[in-house]
Amino acid sequence: MLIYAVCGAGIGTSVLLKSNADRVLADLGIEATVKAVSIEEALNKDSKAQLLLITPELSDQVSEIRSEVIAIQNIFDLSELSEKLGNSLS
Amino acid sequence: MATSLFSPDAIAIREQVPSFLAAITESAGLLVAAGLATSDYVQAVVANFEKLGPYFVVAPGIAIAHAAPSADVLRAGMSLLKLNQPVVSGSKTNDPVSLVFTLCTPDSEQHIEALGDFALLMSDSATVNSLLNASAKSVICEILKI
Repeated sequence: MLIYAVCGAGIGTSVLLKSNADRVLADLGIEATVKAVSIEEALNKDSKAQLLLITPELSDQVSEIRSEVIAIQNIFDLSELSEKLGNSLS
Repeated sequence: MATSLFSPDAIAIREQVPSFLAAITESAGLLVAAGLATSDYVQAVVANFEKLGPYFVVAPGIAIAHAAPSADVLRAGMSLLKLNQPVVSGSKTNDPVSLVFTLCTPDSEQHIEALGDFALLMSDSATVNSLLNASAKSVICEILKI
């Protein structure tokens, strides 16, 4: 499955989110590809992503999207990521 | 190591700033002072904040400001402005902010590995607490291993 980690420019927050999501998914034993993208890319109609990881301030901007959206309050909190990804994917 | 993004020239401690906008302007300005970006990049970071809001306040007390990769960036790096008196950013969940990082990268590749190391470093709450309590630049440099 494909997961997007989203931020404004696709180079900062999203890369940090991807990095920690990769760690958590490996711990959970879930196979997925996480891609760091800009919000424009996330909003693309042809997006194949099943799941979006995003910070709460940006989540309103992707409310129209088909993918499931998970807002992450603290991107450095591996337990928050683990709980939210685990709940969504298991 | 993550810390390759940091250099002592791009680290500063301030007692307080008048606003969050002033904080990110000063933090981004450290990149210019360290020779990592031009002043146009500072404007781009400010514009990004004005357009999208404080979404880059990614954890309690921690902001990681940045703009898109551009020719205004000379090489990948990161600055840190540590505020002794935290400032309100408008973040729904992570205010007030004490650690104001600014990231710059000339493309979408150069910084990826180092940023992964940085994510790991900042996922340790003891490290974050040490940064929040650091009263001297030398202490911050030690925590960031620069």
